Amino acid sequence: MSATSVSHRAQGVGSAVVGVLALQGDFEAHERVLTGLGVGTRQVRVPADLDGLDALVLPGGESTVMTLGVEREGLTAPLRELAAGGLPIFGTCAGMIMLDRDHLGILDVATQRNAFGRQLHSFEASFRLAGVSGGPVHAIFIRAPWVTELGPAVSVLAEVDGHPVAVRQGRVLALSFHPELTGEDRLHRFFLSLAGLLPASAKET
Amino acid sequence: MSTNGHIARDESTFTTKAGLAEMLKGGVIMDVVTAEEARIAEAAGAAAVMALERVPADIRRDGGVARMSDPEMIQGIQEAVSIPVMAKARIGHFAEAQVLEALEVDYIDESEVLTPADTANHIDKWAFKAPFVCGATNLGEALRRIGEGAAMIRSKGEAGTGDIVNAVTHLRRIRSEIRHLTVLGPEELAAAAKELQAPLPLVRQVAADGKLPVVLFCAGGIATPADASLVMQLGAEGVFVGSGIFKSSDPERRARAIVEATTHYADPARVAAASTGLGAAMESIETSKLEAEQLLSPRGW
Repeated sequence: MSATSVSHRAQGVGSAVVGVLALQGDFEAHERVLTGLGVGTRQVRVPADLDGLDALVLPGGESTVMTLGVEREGLTAPLRELAAGGLPIFGTCAGMIMLDRDHLGILDVATQRNAFGRQLHSFEASFRLAGVSGGPVHAIFIRAPWVTELGPAVSVLAEVDGHPVAVRQGRVLALSFHPELTGEDRLHRFFLSLAGLLPASAKET
Repeated sequence: MSTNGHIARDESTFTTKAGLAEMLKGGVIMDVVTAEEARIAEAAGAAAVMALERVPADIRRDGGVARMSDPEMIQGIQEAVSIPVMAKARIGHFAEAQVLEALEVDYIDESEVLTPADTANHIDKWAFKAPFVCGATNLGEALRRIGEGAAMIRSKGEAGTGDIVNAVTHLRRIRSEIRHLTVLGPEELAAAAKELQAPLPLVRQVAADGKLPVVLFCAGGIATPADASLVMQLGAEGVFVGSGIFKSSDPERRARAIVEATTHYADPARVAAASTGLGAAMESIETSKLEAEQLLSPRGW
């Protein structure tokens, strides 16, 4: 298998292509949800994989591993440029941390890692998200972060115990939890709608 | 904004346990024996560390009974790093597992590398809030462990040898036995479960999904970036490296190289670059030259 075929492994039937950062973590789970919604996906490991993307997902995983990987692969500058150019970006858990002021600086928030505690305090909960219809969302928090500070351009979509766990700044969406693991696709639909990429076939009937 | 007030939560469900393993995918979990090694591992890109008193190569060399590590050492490592910290309990030694849970380790490895404490029973892992990873040499063993509550499976390989051959055998066997189940008719699955000595509901689930219900990592004998690439191409979803890093001549560099090769496992040019100029690998032992009583992988039932 050549490097090119690996890097440009696109799947799905839509014309839009959403990149999924594939340095480490649960990127395949995001790809499964997006593919199910009829959107093409591409695993992103090197800067060339970013060419022509319509949106980008930063998955769950270990933020230290992803941070080192982004530096090693020279992805920091291209990611910041794409974000500045308006690329819609969706980060979950470690992906939220990657977006914050201390990492890529794409989202005007500060986050606290492992804010709910060690793995023994990982949990499931259901709550409503502003802008997401269809009742409470079931969410899985795994050694999850929360937002500790946010700038004026950032809106909070949901909180747990008074801490923001879902935030949005323009077309950038970040969650402390893992919609890619719950078997429902409302958060991915919400993101694709923000990005203007939700295929007609995937819109509510 | 939705103001949710206080939200009812379910802590430590099987979903959160198996979910942490999902977060470790594509990553390298490194054995460390000191806080300093843990820091080096984290800085090199480890997705988690396994805190233990002696790496398998030293356990093999020293002999004697290998037990759970000193809590002080585990806590020192927990304070040193922000990535998940795993620790090993002896097979069947549920009191060691209770201690590790009390220490709030992120994952417990019920491990054949330590001396087994029970000749018939593994730990009832459903009784714990902490998630467990267990070793397996074949599909039946993997499903028995999952039936007991394991939320992650790893191949056993042959720890402390630097010889990848048994890990390859175990991964291939697990994958091939999974493929076999997917072509059986529903009426044949009960006999297959009997043959595998595995719980029928899990056998049905694997037959339907074509994969294990939990994440599968490779462990036992990984010493080089190419070893990591090999096992990832054989279907491992991430790797454990025990003695392979800190028993090599340049641990920091080798750790980075194995992380890079695990991410780019399908790109030979990147694996080649990662393999270049690493210095000496760990001192290795050819598994086929070991006596039967020196093998760790047959431990477990």
